[in-house]
Amino acid sequence: MAVAEDTIDRGEFEPPQQPLYADRVKVYPQRISGQFRKIKWTVLTVLLAIYYLAPWLRWDRGPNAPNQAILVDMPGRRAYFFWIEIWPQEVYYLAGILILAAIGLFFVTSLAGRVWCGFTCPQTVWTDLFMWVERLIEGDRNRRMKLDQAPMSAGKAGKKIAKHLAWLAIAFVTGGAWIMYFNDAPTVVANVFTGQAGPTVYGFIGLFTATTYLLAGWAREQVCIYMCPWPRIQGAMFDEHTMLVTYEAWRGEPRAHAKAGQSPEGRGHCIDCGLCVRVCPTGIDIRSGQQLDCIGCGLCIDACNSVMGKMGWPKDLITYDSLSNQAAREQGKPPRLHFLRPRTLIYMTLLVVVACVMLFFLSTRAHLQVTVQPDRAPLFVQLRDGGIQNAYTLKILNKDRTRQTYALAVDGLPSAQLSVIGYQPGADGYALPVPGDDVGTFRVLLRAEPDAARANPLHVEFVVRNRSSGETNEHETVFNGPGA
Amino acid sequence: MSGSIEHDDVSGRKTTGHIWDGIKELNTPLPSWWVYVFYATIIWGIGYWVVYPAWPLVTDYTRGLFGYSSRADVTEQLEKAAAARAQQTEQLTKLSVEQISSDPQLLSYSIAGGRSVFAVNCAPCHGAGGQGGHGYPVLADDDWLWGGDLANIERTIRYGIRSTSPETRQSEMPKFGVDQVLTPEQINDVAAYALSLSGEAVDKDAAGRGKQIFADNCAACHGEDGAGNMELGAPSLKDKIWLYGNTMAAVVAQVTNPHQGVMPTWEGRLDDATIKMLAVYVHSLGGGQ
Repeated sequence: MAVAEDTIDRGEFEPPQQPLYADRVKVYPQRISGQFRKIKWTVLTVLLAIYYLAPWLRWDRGPNAPNQAILVDMPGRRAYFFWIEIWPQEVYYLAGILILAAIGLFFVTSLAGRVWCGFTCPQTVWTDLFMWVERLIEGDRNRRMKLDQAPMSAGKAGKKIAKHLAWLAIAFVTGGAWIMYFNDAPTVVANVFTGQAGPTVYGFIGLFTATTYLLAGWAREQVCIYMCPWPRIQGAMFDEHTMLVTYEAWRGEPRAHAKAGQSPEGRGHCIDCGLCVRVCPTGIDIRSGQQLDCIGCGLCIDACNSVMGKMGWPKDLITYDSLSNQAAREQGKPPRLHFLRPRTLIYMTLLVVVACVMLFFLSTRAHLQVTVQPDRAPLFVQLRDGGIQNAYTLKILNKDRTRQTYALAVDGLPSAQLSVIGYQPGADGYALPVPGDDVGTFRVLLRAEPDAARANPLHVEFVVRNRSSGETNEHETVFNGPGA
Repeated sequence: MSGSIEHDDVSGRKTTGHIWDGIKELNTPLPSWWVYVFYATIIWGIGYWVVYPAWPLVTDYTRGLFGYSSRADVTEQLEKAAAARAQQTEQLTKLSVEQISSDPQLLSYSIAGGRSVFAVNCAPCHGAGGQGGHGYPVLADDDWLWGGDLANIERTIRYGIRSTSPETRQSEMPKFGVDQVLTPEQINDVAAYALSLSGEAVDKDAAGRGKQIFADNCAACHGEDGAGNMELGAPSLKDKIWLYGNTMAAVVAQVTNPHQGVMPTWEGRLDDATIKMLAVYVHSLGGGQ
């Protein structure tokens, strides 16, 4: 259709004659081999092995407790990690682990750049795996590009269907492994395949299958570039001494094509072959300098070194180095590694401090915890002799695996008479039983003389002592009265 | 205003032909996937009408092919809950309240269950946690009109006080004033004496005159020393607890024209196991004997 005549007066302004929205350019990473590719395969294998095998590790905790080494038992309200068992109210241990992970990430990033992004991030690992499958079925970069441009045919449809089925299968296994961390692994796997697992299990498998398939199959580098906050934050951890994937522009430029057998003397070492761009999983040109889209995987280093090797020219034109070293090399000064810097030392100190605090709390973790809740209706009752009585709900958390008995005392109200509904005190006071790994609930009455309850409210402390180990735990509460 | 449909080079779209103040509207239809999802929800909705209860009719409603009903759902859930409690219910029915109270598991089960039954049936008069109110006895203290052991509490709950049950606990304080058994002066004197029993400050002369009136008229039920009689539900006058208040006016009013507190019978309204759970719960509130 012909463009209609523009009748609007816009003055000097000329509207841009192109869309304001940049369409995604599909990335077709080319296969490359080399040192960094080897590291990536190794890390991928190790991480996937941990992910799939860890739930199968067993850990004997005795009877009445799961024997899975790593297990988050949602219905049972417990989390197990080898010898550690965490109750829901101790979720601060999880916060501690997350803080450790965050500081560890900052530390590694300040030392060696985006190694998390390039090698260990699940998005990177699964995208790598999906690309490997894609390459097996559809071939390398050029064949994939041709296939995508070709009109639909039986062969093309077959390849596409095979690829997506393979992706879905991997995604399903990924989601299936996730639920093993929340259920007994052998049981839940058997249940999943016999149709006996619950809707929660199938729901989460479906959810993780879908997200894995979409994120690793379709979204890929867009997750890193548009969705992930980390590329925006990590710039704050870098400085000029951080090891990064860098291009030695000082000797690479001016870039120009070269013939085989040509000497690098008197020209830029970059022969502008473009291989570094073609192998990049995010489709960028590292020669443009540091950029948010670079995940630091080092595949362009492998690409450039393979080309330089063929040319017989000096390697490491693209290399893992710091910006300060690049400046030094440019001026002919010797490069040096500068790992001990204020920021790395601070991160390291923080890491050690948080780890020590965590270890201290884990090793001194109490096996007894007490909470006391005073009745609020009625706050107190007057007794026949004019005395004042308060009632409390006492909860004793027994984090031992075996049944324990506890003695009870109250500080802060010397004349008080203590009684526990349903229990008779022995000669040495009460012996309140709580089964192993359980919470005992007791109803406790405190009676005081009329004069003792004048201060209102009066602070009292319940002291619970394990009668065999002697471990004590206290809980402060109030004793209410009518006041003076 | 309408104009001709044009092609816009920047967006690659056509315009709708609408022009407002010189601004042309681009034709940007909804994404087709969105439209298809919309159609799918319409089809889903029609399917929903067919299989689930949907349309109100004059006296009925369309019941749907699945035969679903939320009322049947609730009934089923209640049956399931009852089945889950069947074992405890059977034991509660079989055992006495004393036996229930000495079994730690049944004790905590009864206290938990009794708390919820109490909140629904008893708390309107006796208050949350048995804190009582004017004319409604506190259940958390150690003062009991009809006895505070498990068996007595159970009996009171089961048959009530001055209730319609033939087994009800029954007693009636005479209307000393209204029936002109005592003169107002005598009532004043005996009220002073009654209050003096629990150490309240009263007119000593009046209390002295009231002592003989008390012995003649009140001691039969309340005891010679005023300690009360649980058989008759006659409260102790020696303790610090006064159901209708410990002022002269309150005691005079009670002697003149007594309140006759009523508690309904719960037999027939609550099943045996529930009444026992309630008894155990009330006993645990703080004053059980």
